[in-house]
Amino acid sequence: MVELRFHGRGGQGAVTSAELLALTAIDQGKYAQAFPSFGPERRGAPVVAFARIDDKPIRMRVAVREPNYVIVLDPSILKIVNTSDGMPAQGSVQVLNTSRTAAELRKDFGLKGKLVTVNANRIAAEEIGRVITNTTMLGALVRATGLVDVDGMIVQLKERFGRIAEGNIKAFRRAYEECVIEG
Amino acid sequence: MAQRKGMEVSIAIAEAASACDVDCIAAYPITPQTHVVEHLAEIVAEGELDAEFIPVESEHAALSACIGCAAAGARTFTATSSQGLALMHEVLFIASALRMPMVMVVANRALSGPINIWNDHSDVMTERDVGWLQVFAENGQEAVDLVILAHKISEDHRVLLPIMVHFDGFIVSHMIEPLSLPDRDEVKKFLPNFVPAMRLDIDNPISMGPVGMPTVYTEAKMVAEAAVRGSYGPIVETFKGFGDMFGRHYRPVETYRSEDAEIMMVTMGSISETAMTWVDAQRERGEKVGLVRFRLWRPLPIEDFKNAVRGAKALTVIDRHFSPGGPGGPVSAEIKQVLYGTADAPQIVEFVAGLGGRDINMEDFDQMYGKTKAVLAGAPVPPFELIQVRGGHHGEI
Repeated sequence: MVELRFHGRGGQGAVTSAELLALTAIDQGKYAQAFPSFGPERRGAPVVAFARIDDKPIRMRVAVREPNYVIVLDPSILKIVNTSDGMPAQGSVQVLNTSRTAAELRKDFGLKGKLVTVNANRIAAEEIGRVITNTTMLGALVRATGLVDVDGMIVQLKERFGRIAEGNIKAFRRAYEECVIEG
Repeated sequence: MAQRKGMEVSIAIAEAASACDVDCIAAYPITPQTHVVEHLAEIVAEGELDAEFIPVESEHAALSACIGCAAAGARTFTATSSQGLALMHEVLFIASALRMPMVMVVANRALSGPINIWNDHSDVMTERDVGWLQVFAENGQEAVDLVILAHKISEDHRVLLPIMVHFDGFIVSHMIEPLSLPDRDEVKKFLPNFVPAMRLDIDNPISMGPVGMPTVYTEAKMVAEAAVRGSYGPIVETFKGFGDMFGRHYRPVETYRSEDAEIMMVTMGSISETAMTWVDAQRERGEKVGLVRFRLWRPLPIEDFKNAVRGAKALTVIDRHFSPGGPGGPVSAEIKQVLYGTADAPQIVEFVAGLGGRDINMEDFDQMYGKTKAVLAGAPVPPFELIQVRGGHHGEI
């Protein structure tokens, strides 16, 4: 089983990211969960969402505490939240929306895990026209982890976003190509 | 054929109610039940379901409207949580006394105060005496299946009682997970049209709910007891019919790896899933531990439970609610009552955990299991213990 935690700010679509990932995994025959952190939702406040993926039924009804993969949708979150909290020492990955390099971020924030960086703000602004980075970040996550197939994710993006799917798909594909995977 | 699909459990429950072709829905939105009724309102507004959706000013009105619908012969559905269920309290007794078939799903949530929107079982456990049938779902699939089952059980002329389907707020209600949603044709085969035993009809007028003088009240209560207890047979039969048709089997008392277990955990609702994962880990270490839980909470399946725990040396009972100043949690109190005087009854070690949305994690199960083992090793049986308290019972909070 792999466990994921998504960090973002209310309104940026962290919950949608977790949902799209789980729905894609389920469509591909896997077992998955996605759920929000169930707090009072306020626009702009730090939020987290969770997901789990496994080849067998998942029997866990608690929040994710030791995520294998962490996705940070908003660069400013790093200053106020310890996104590395609970990450296992082995095999964990953080996927970060940033204009900076992994080395710089590691120096400033002491982040755990292999770092994957992508300038999702710029990609989302150019392809979607708004700095909503949830679908963009999924591109980097899928590239870095191979958790689900690209085509399966695109099916979900089409279903979820309908007539505005095209920009989201482009942003997803660009992040898949442009993300920088450390080491 | 049903298709396996990822979806939010609340949405799936609304779709299940729709597949049951309900005639009337009267409900008031309350977190975390909201998505169920919102989605049902959409389904009705889109014309996908030919039903009356009655928006009401409160849960008290919602249940009162449901009684009217059921009395008129309509297949009736509602949903609530926490304060909403509490506000229905006095009407709950009336729905059951009038023998009104209806289904209510309850997204279980803590009662105030302090105000808390998260999951525990204080809402359901304070409504044990209302004369409704009550079943617990542990995950989304079970919630969907139990909605369908509940309509069939409730409308059975040998039963004719309202039924609550409990599922945990947020950690089940808001979860995206894989589900198999039976389609309308399949459901229709399992659940034929509702045939009321009696109904309000202007051409054949009857009175429902007259006063019960001291000369009849006791007899009315005896009838209620016989009705709720007597529903056990039809419930088991309906579970079996569902299993034969859909391949998913339900029992009044469910067990997991309990065959040779010396210690059994007793859980209710979705923590049972986490407990199964914990049991698997313990079994790998050679621990003889299993799991037992009530699927059916009313009527309480007493003989099934006795059979399920026979041979166990101790039960670790985890309640999600308790009565301040009382003897402990409601589930453990009922178990003690059931087992009192039974030869070779297991020791009962009682805990209260997971209140107001606090997760019950592996180390919590470890702790409760360790204390139960200590009792088997000769330590005195402690009174019920509220675990997970920061700083301990007498420390800084």
